[in-house]
Amino acid sequence: MRKNFRVSITVIVVAVAIATFSLAVISITGQQRAPAAQASPSTAYRPKRMADGHPDLNGIWQAMVTANWDLQDHDAQAGPHPEIMGAYGAGPAGQSIVEGGEIPYQAWALQKKKQNFEKRAMVDVSNDKKWHEIGDPEIKCYMPGVPRITYMPFPFQIVQGSGSAILMAYEFASATRIVRMNYKQEAPTPSWMGWSRGRWEGDTLVVDVSGFREETWFDRAGDFHSDELHVIERYTAMSPYHLMYEATIEDPKVYTRPWKISFPLYRRMEKNIQLLEFKCVPFTEEMLYSRFNKKAGN
Amino acid sequence: MTYRFSVRLLLAMFAIALMSIVTASGQAPKKAAAPAAKTSVPKTPWGDPDLQGVWNDATSTPLQRPGTVGAKDVLTDEEAEEFQQQLAFDLSRDRRDGGAATDVNRAYNEHWMDSRRLKITADRRTSLIVDPPDGRMPPLVPLSPEREKARVARGAANARFNAGLPDHYLDMSLPVRCIIRTDLVPYLPTIYNNDFQIVQSPGYVVIAPEMTHSARVIPLDGRPHLNKNLKQWLGDSRGHWEGNTLVVETTNFRADDGGVFQNANPETFHITERFSRVDAKTINYEFRIEDEKTWTKPWTAVIPWTKIDPEEQMYEYACHEDNYDIVHFLSGARAREKRGETK
Repeated sequence: MRKNFRVSITVIVVAVAIATFSLAVISITGQQRAPAAQASPSTAYRPKRMADGHPDLNGIWQAMVTANWDLQDHDAQAGPHPEIMGAYGAGPAGQSIVEGGEIPYQAWALQKKKQNFEKRAMVDVSNDKKWHEIGDPEIKCYMPGVPRITYMPFPFQIVQGSGSAILMAYEFASATRIVRMNYKQEAPTPSWMGWSRGRWEGDTLVVDVSGFREETWFDRAGDFHSDELHVIERYTAMSPYHLMYEATIEDPKVYTRPWKISFPLYRRMEKNIQLLEFKCVPFTEEMLYSRFNKKAGN
Repeated sequence: MTYRFSVRLLLAMFAIALMSIVTASGQAPKKAAAPAAKTSVPKTPWGDPDLQGVWNDATSTPLQRPGTVGAKDVLTDEEAEEFQQQLAFDLSRDRRDGGAATDVNRAYNEHWMDSRRLKITADRRTSLIVDPPDGRMPPLVPLSPEREKARVARGAANARFNAGLPDHYLDMSLPVRCIIRTDLVPYLPTIYNNDFQIVQSPGYVVIAPEMTHSARVIPLDGRPHLNKNLKQWLGDSRGHWEGNTLVVETTNFRADDGGVFQNANPETFHITERFSRVDAKTINYEFRIEDEKTWTKPWTAVIPWTKIDPEEQMYEYACHEDNYDIVHFLSGARAREKRGETK
């Protein structure tokens, strides 16, 4: 049964890949616009403040965009296993959150993105070298990196107090970021969630994130980066109920120029809302490891 | 054993380098205004006791009092020195008296050993458990047949794993599977990565254990616990202040094998933790465990948490992302079976 299942996965993945390839061909012929000069979103809103005078960004927030499926414009689409998942596995349509619509890939990198997509639902941990080569890290429950963690369809909590760090706790995979405020030291070593250093520019919290592992992706469409990824995030309170999130993404190895995404983060308003656990490792073990288990009759 | 640990070494080396740089540059990071009296606990701007910072709970003092010290709960300086040496010797240190496989394993562990893990608590106690007075966990109550069965099955799985012949990924413990590590309460010291970063905001205390990266968000607003139907690996925590002490109650644990400390009964397991700032550099971490379906009476332990150098940082501990161990253990077991090494 499992073998048949694998074969049909491949068929479907190929079909979806062909569909996406056509879309990608159409899109690269489209116009590209340079990103606008960096400026905080204009707002007349005067946010509530902490004792230190900075805006109070505390709260549980969540993005409503569908960028985790694809940062760029995307039609509604079947998931990788429609023969068993039906509409459960399907993804919603969504408009691009990329300024100008398109990610400015270098030519080789656009090819790599397509390959990523084709193999997004495949895993092979049979040897250490190939471990990270194929498959969306999300399907393996790896920490998603930045900015992807911000638009995963899960809430996160900003914990801002009086100390030298702002903590960001994410429901997905129990990922956590420590944002070191006004901290000079560079990343000591690459990490999945990167090395976050924050500062205030007026009423905007600016977080400089570097020191990434190269293996994270931006979405299920295979959008990716290298170990030279550098992300500058900007969090600006727009009302008591929403923040504007912007991220400028630089990676000279992969893109032809820096590019930018933006979308609102909404405050979760439910009474007694709290982050719950989404420890997804147990959901991946059968997929990753079962082939190494002892088989009956062995 | 795994590649992920080598990152840790680099970090340790980096941290040491970092500290040297700070020292060399002649900066004096010490604040001039040290609290005059121990009783003046620092406060956040909104008036809560301030527990923020990165704390380390490493110690060699064992949870339970070893038989070698008899009934002594606190040692003299001289006894303490000998006790500490013996504990350090026993903590899987680099030695040449266990046969090749054991010696190599110990030498490997030595590489990762947190030096703070080799020192007993400053108060020279012989156990972290302070109640009952014998420093040991109370006897177990007879377990229900289901739990007894689960315990036996777990023992068999552990035996397969320890023999290098795991059948299934589920034969591995939750820490090996990177699901929970030192982030399961009560927080207990281990060989490495004993750091906990506390960040506070109005209405919350958040404790981020280094292993593994799961920030524990503790609401202080008096809200009820999650409904009993909702279960979590790390439970559901609620806190309040009693004077300058943070008191945290945690419930709603999952019933999974190993999902509650010592496989206690998740329905009746009740843990109360108390975090008290003793001075600028120390938090007293006390926990009391009560579970009438597991232990014959409640028990309590105290572990000192020490603030780490402000220039030292807690780094990301990724576990599952490069968990080559599981594949290696399982494929190693399959290879040994093929060669007929099944016992």
